[in-house]
Amino acid sequence: MSVLLSVAPATEIVRYPPALAQALARLEPLLTADYGLTRRAVALLLLQGDAEMLELVRRLDPANAAAVAAIVSEAARESEQPLTYAVALARQAATEELLAETVSLPDPSGRSLAETISQLTIRPLTGLPILLAVLYFGLYQFVGQFGAGVLVGLLEDDLFGGLINPWLTAVVEQLVPWPPLQALLVGEYGVLTLAMTYAIALILPIVGTFFLVFSVIEDSGYLPRLALLIDRVFKLIGLNGRAVIPMVLGFGCDTMATIVTRVLETKRERVIATLLMALAIPCSAQLGVVLGLLSFNPGALAIWAAAVGSIFLLVGFLAARVLPGEQPSFYMELPPLRLPQPANVLAKTYARMEWYFLEVLPIFVFASVLIWLGQLTGLFDLFIAAVQPAMLALGLPQEAAVVFLFGFFRRDYGAAGLYDLADKGLLTGVQVVVAAVTLTLFVPCVAQFSVMIKERGLRTALAIFAFIVPFAFAVGVGLNALLTALGVTL
Amino acid sequence: MTTQALRPSDRAEEVLERLWIETWEGNRRSIPLTDASLKGHEEGLAELFHEELARLHDGQVELTPAGLAQATQTVRRHRLAERLLTDVLEIEPVQMDVAACGIEHSLREGVDEAVCTLLGHPERCPHGKPIPPGACCRRAAKQAEREVAPLCNLRPGQSGRIAYVQTGEARKLQKLMAMGVLPGKTVRLIQGFPSYVFQVGHSQFAVDEGMARTIFVRLGEK
Repeated sequence: MSVLLSVAPATEIVRYPPALAQALARLEPLLTADYGLTRRAVALLLLQGDAEMLELVRRLDPANAAAVAAIVSEAARESEQPLTYAVALARQAATEELLAETVSLPDPSGRSLAETISQLTIRPLTGLPILLAVLYFGLYQFVGQFGAGVLVGLLEDDLFGGLINPWLTAVVEQLVPWPPLQALLVGEYGVLTLAMTYAIALILPIVGTFFLVFSVIEDSGYLPRLALLIDRVFKLIGLNGRAVIPMVLGFGCDTMATIVTRVLETKRERVIATLLMALAIPCSAQLGVVLGLLSFNPGALAIWAAAVGSIFLLVGFLAARVLPGEQPSFYMELPPLRLPQPANVLAKTYARMEWYFLEVLPIFVFASVLIWLGQLTGLFDLFIAAVQPAMLALGLPQEAAVVFLFGFFRRDYGAAGLYDLADKGLLTGVQVVVAAVTLTLFVPCVAQFSVMIKERGLRTALAIFAFIVPFAFAVGVGLNALLTALGVTL
Repeated sequence: MTTQALRPSDRAEEVLERLWIETWEGNRRSIPLTDASLKGHEEGLAELFHEELARLHDGQVELTPAGLAQATQTVRRHRLAERLLTDVLEIEPVQMDVAACGIEHSLREGVDEAVCTLLGHPERCPHGKPIPPGACCRRAAKQAEREVAPLCNLRPGQSGRIAYVQTGEARKLQKLMAMGVLPGKTVRLIQGFPSYVFQVGHSQFAVDEGMARTIFVRLGEK
């Protein structure tokens, strides 16, 4: 490495303005240690305000550090523009010269198909219908009907319900004599019968199909175009278009999406996004079951969508007002649209699925154990009794209390419990909608909550939690009152 | 226009100004001869009557059309002078009033246009009263669009060379530089709503108004 310092400099390709060149000439002799770069490179970094480099100089050339800092600040003071700008300008001029001598570019005359389609996706008039089409075919049809419907049916009913679970139950009942342990393994909420069944028969197809669709959309280059369409709407709720990625991911798995909020620039955005994900974005597992639950009446589905959607916008809007901080800028590169590459899509889907199975699923198994304990110790019955007044206010029967309790452990458990109640004919149409809305708004699942604590800190996570519980119920009560008053029957 | 008529004396100009303020700006057709604002200015008033820049009718003084045109220009010069003293020379208000009265008479024959252009065609005097526009102001309003405009003022499909990036925020500047938005490069606006989509070099980017406002483009140049 030290050999580089003694090589005679080649003819300078980049010519910096005189003041800058002078500063460089004065800095270079002061940098005596071995930085792993040429002295000129180090000097340029220092002039551009690289804090790490300055720190390195303080460590390696302590005698000269003060002089170096003085030269840098003098150069910055005397320059009219920020030094990074001046350096970038000089480099760009050199680049233009080089390009002019060596590269001939064809004039982009005709428009390619990709460009035409791209234009269609970004113009609001054509872009919005395209977005709705993507949502309909991607989310509703592929994830909802195919994933949550066909695949889940095959796996849950036929494979597990028909073959594996009865066999497992028989085996366990033979080998394990103690009833409570039997219940833990193969009972109604057993680790093997319910937790594993749900993991493989419910979560896997739904989350898998969602990640597949997301990877296809991501690989095609459509996401930035979606981002620019919704930037204005997102600005109303304190975010900007760049938040489209975690938000859309939230419809797949809120836990993963909460981690992805790291890509957002400001703390304010990250908190708002986390709040909205915990409150109003149903994950694919929950979404799949809720869609199945409400499909009996398109009106019910519409009410649910309208209620959750407007709460999303309202809470986002209010949060944006209350939380201090500035609005970050929206800027995004638009890569050319292209056909998704199967290898890429599969790799991305696989990576996400792997993460999901290793990070989230164990928590769900653990949740099943907790539920088993709760049942065993009678804590559940206590809880149901305590929550009864809330159920009454929502217009729901007492049994629905269990739905909300389970909803905390696993969102899909809660929705599935609701599905069972509806199946048994215990709920009217209005009650189903009210329960579905309240459940959707209700607290995040235990996996998401633990990630919230890790990402946003305990205080913020608890504050969000404490807000959501009464708020979700308040909305449910309000909705119930409204529907009853309007005499709506579903 | 001013070359034909004999140039009114300074004191006549003072009366012209007062008449303009009292009638035109005060939304009245005329003021009584005995009005307080005309006290002590009998000589100037007499000159105006003589030059047919003002007339007396039923004890009321009003500006003739020719007088109105001259008065407007006089007020314009006075208020431009006030702006010059306040903005450029940073004279204190107390001294400014006296000095403005002196300078305004010198701002004739194109000098007022030069001062107006220097000050960027101001619309109000330091007291907040409107400055009557001149020909230079009307020209500038049309021409500004043809010189340098921020990206958000372009129409979709328009292109030009980036003249400069005007933002004090280092972060915004860095983001723009990373996108290749630097002076001299050609930029083409593809779309303005709901976000600004543009092409620089061979890449396309989308930004919001906050960032589009900082990119200044010289139109028409390739």
